[in-house]
Amino acid sequence: VCMTNCPTLIVMVGLPARGKTYISKKLTRYLNWIGVPTKEFNVGQYRRDLVKKYKSFEFFLPDNEEGLKIRKQCALAALNDVRQYLSEENGHVAVFDATNTTRERRETIYKFGEENGYKTFFVESVCVDPEVIAANIVQVKLGSPDYVDCSNDEATEDFMKRIECYKNSYETLDETLDKDLSYIKIMDVGRSYLVNRVMDHIQSRIVYYLMNIHVTPRSIYLCRHGESELNLKGRIGGDPGLSVRGKEFAKSLAQFINEQNIKDLKVWTSQMKRTIQTAEALGVPYEQWKVLNEIDAGVCEEMTYEEIQENYPLEFALRDQDKYRYRYPKGESYEDLVQRLEPVIMELERQENVLVICHQAVMRCLLAYFLDKPAEQLPYLKCPLHTVLKLTPVAYGKCNYVYL
Amino acid sequence: KVDAERKKTFVLKMPMELTQSRIQKIWLPSDNRPALPRRSCGPQLANSPTVIVMVGLPARGKTYISKKLTRYLNWIGVPTKVFNVGEYRREAVKHYSSYDFFRPDNEEAMKVRRQCAMAALRDVKLYLTEEAGQIAVFDATNTTRERRGMILNFAKENGFKVFFIESVCNDPNVVATNVMEVKLSSPDYRDCNSTDAMEDFMKRINCYQASYQPLDPDDYDRELSLIKVIDVGRRFLVNRVQDHIQSRIVYYLMNIHVQPRTIYLCRHGESEFNLKGRIGGDSGLSNRGKKFAVALNKFVEEQNLKDLKIWTSQLKRTIQTAEALQLPYEQWKALNEIDAGVCEEMTYEEIREQHPEEFALRDQDKYYYRYPSGESYQDLVQRLEPVIMELERQENVLVICHQAVMRCLLAYFLDKSADEMPYLKCPLHTVLKLTPVAYGCRVESISLNIEAVNTHRDRPEEAKKGPNPLMRRNSVTPLASPEPTKKPRINSFEEHVAVSSALPGCVPQEVPTQMPGQ
Repeated sequence: VCMTNCPTLIVMVGLPARGKTYISKKLTRYLNWIGVPTKEFNVGQYRRDLVKKYKSFEFFLPDNEEGLKIRKQCALAALNDVRQYLSEENGHVAVFDATNTTRERRETIYKFGEENGYKTFFVESVCVDPEVIAANIVQVKLGSPDYVDCSNDEATEDFMKRIECYKNSYETLDETLDKDLSYIKIMDVGRSYLVNRVMDHIQSRIVYYLMNIHVTPRSIYLCRHGESELNLKGRIGGDPGLSVRGKEFAKSLAQFINEQNIKDLKVWTSQMKRTIQTAEALGVPYEQWKVLNEIDAGVCEEMTYEEIQENYPLEFALRDQDKYRYRYPKGESYEDLVQRLEPVIMELERQENVLVICHQAVMRCLLAYFLDKPAEQLPYLKCPLHTVLKLTPVAYGKCNYVYL
Repeated sequence: KVDAERKKTFVLKMPMELTQSRIQKIWLPSDNRPALPRRSCGPQLANSPTVIVMVGLPARGKTYISKKLTRYLNWIGVPTKVFNVGEYRREAVKHYSSYDFFRPDNEEAMKVRRQCAMAALRDVKLYLTEEAGQIAVFDATNTTRERRGMILNFAKENGFKVFFIESVCNDPNVVATNVMEVKLSSPDYRDCNSTDAMEDFMKRINCYQASYQPLDPDDYDRELSLIKVIDVGRRFLVNRVQDHIQSRIVYYLMNIHVQPRTIYLCRHGESEFNLKGRIGGDSGLSNRGKKFAVALNKFVEEQNLKDLKIWTSQLKRTIQTAEALQLPYEQWKALNEIDAGVCEEMTYEEIREQHPEEFALRDQDKYYYRYPSGESYQDLVQRLEPVIMELERQENVLVICHQAVMRCLLAYFLDKSADEMPYLKCPLHTVLKLTPVAYGCRVESISLNIEAVNTHRDRPEEAKKGPNPLMRRNSVTPLASPEPTKKPRINSFEEHVAVSSALPGCVPQEVPTQMPGQ
């Protein structure tokens, strides 16, 4: 389905340390994964490229003319790149990541959008909880290139003063003054939301996504079913049971999960026998999702790769040419898989600790989402049997992963 | 030594022994542990039952939202029911005289109204605790903090979650339109003319204004889970979404709209496989199918619509049909016909011969029955949900799809139960025109007068007696939105008006089935 007609310009709004970059990066990752070419443009990055060395918060003082000039220059440079991406490079969505805290700045951007035929959607993050802000600073600001020569205390002090520089001129999105704009205002890290004038499908999906993500620490465990009888025979697909070694893996998995001592772990499987058998060994409740079933190989189901090469030599060659988009005759492609798995990703975002016992192609798709891997790399991600991947979100929504 | 032997046998008998359920093809442990509930096509959508509490002045769309939301939730498999306090009031007070009943100083009436609310809450409790309901929609004004406090206590006592949906609208045009569309025809005003009814209703709304305390998520109501729908969906305020189902409800409410529009549903033209009595596959159109495509083109032109979107599946027969319209169209894989798995491309005779047990099982429980290595109607619903969501967002759309798919979509629009869905009549070469009206959907069936085989199979006689009592049923089959508990004595507004019309000069399709069908 074509989800966007005009390109969309997403404009972040908010004081420093309110999660704008976190949201930008995560949203960009999600949109790219579902097939909407998206790119973020972080104005701070442009500033760092232009002003080689950051000295102090004084750069951001509202009366620092030199500073203001440079910052405006950077914003325009970023917008120029946005224009290039959306109008010349087939981008669909650009995320303009800056404070954008004044109505005047936002109007400039909105006009820019109109001139170029873009739809503009604002995402504002509002948070007054000092603990959240402090935590954000610790997590992502102290390690910033701006503070590479500072102690943590010095950095924190400077950053707090930096935030102050913006406060006086901050004009939050207003119910009356901004009533004709399309936007979502996120309050207190997702406790409440104000949504105004959602224009189209992609904005609706963005709102839904933003309303489902959270920042509570948790871990996601991904693994495949234990080795199956068909794995042993080198056959793909089908609905076989576990081999002897596969059952051993199931028992090891049970032991491993026990040792990890995970709070309130949810366990999900597909509706194929091999994942369910694996889950059964854990002795805990689990939920079966049909959408976690392995990629449907259509006419090639239960064949060995030799047999496919013999019986369908053309198909065999085509698959290697474009493994992401290649659809088995009467079957599926990785691209189809991503569409079918989107509700799983959405629910994974809502959940906390989850173990997903699935299949090779499925696991590759899920992994590509968490590790921000593009379509070309997705079908080649390494997901061996009898290996558990532990994913933990770290700064900016990226994921640390550990093979276990 | 004996211990070692015993341990060895134990290890050999380790769990992981599974059997596949016969109808749904779900793998379950072979020992006698309780089986997963029938719904297990996806995750549990809701754990504690939820009471959805509507809030708002009269004529703000509360009942419209209640009914539509309930229809959606039931379709996706979450048993939901509306409890409309106004209907309880009409049962208690047989004749409505005037807005005086709603005056805040009318003590007698206040007593009656409170009693009705309590009666409705009692029925909510019964539905959620004893009738396997998951969600109850409590449809009343609930405009005071006091009333809402009472409901919160009730929910707390019973372990129900609460989610408020408030509709706020001060546009007098919208309010007037609502009054005309659904209030003038209400049983309350059956003996009035429109002008008198309108006048009385406006005074009725007035009775609530002084005591109306809107939800205040910034302060007083900051701990409540709620959505405030402002100006018919221009703006939303969402507070403390607790769980998956509330998140889905919010998403749904943010996608629906009230713009007038028309949805057209039809199947592809007759295919080569239809002619041979074969199911599934990816065959092209027969000659008659091609004629249908041409007739469809003419039909669409005559409808003279602004901005019609056209959607097809990714199977050849729907695409060929769309091509004849010479308009842009979008292909959705999600609109592909139900996957008949090992039975793909077979005739019904061949299925009966080669898979006799499967053939019988399907007739026993057609909604939940999954073809081996294929799909069930229940699977189809899950796959079609994004299509329904996008249909809600859109305006004029023509969906060219397939028999089972069309039945699923139709069941959503016409609020048909899982039980009825697989037997809805969706003949070839017939367009269904759906228009939203009042609280429901008007459907017109338009045959384009091109002959085609009949692929419909009625529910077999034996199956009509009900499911095999030996079959385990673990949860309630999702129903269509159940009848309101207290029916108005005179149901003067039709929810679904089915009008069968054919193009002039043609005979509606008759029954004869020489070809077996789905």
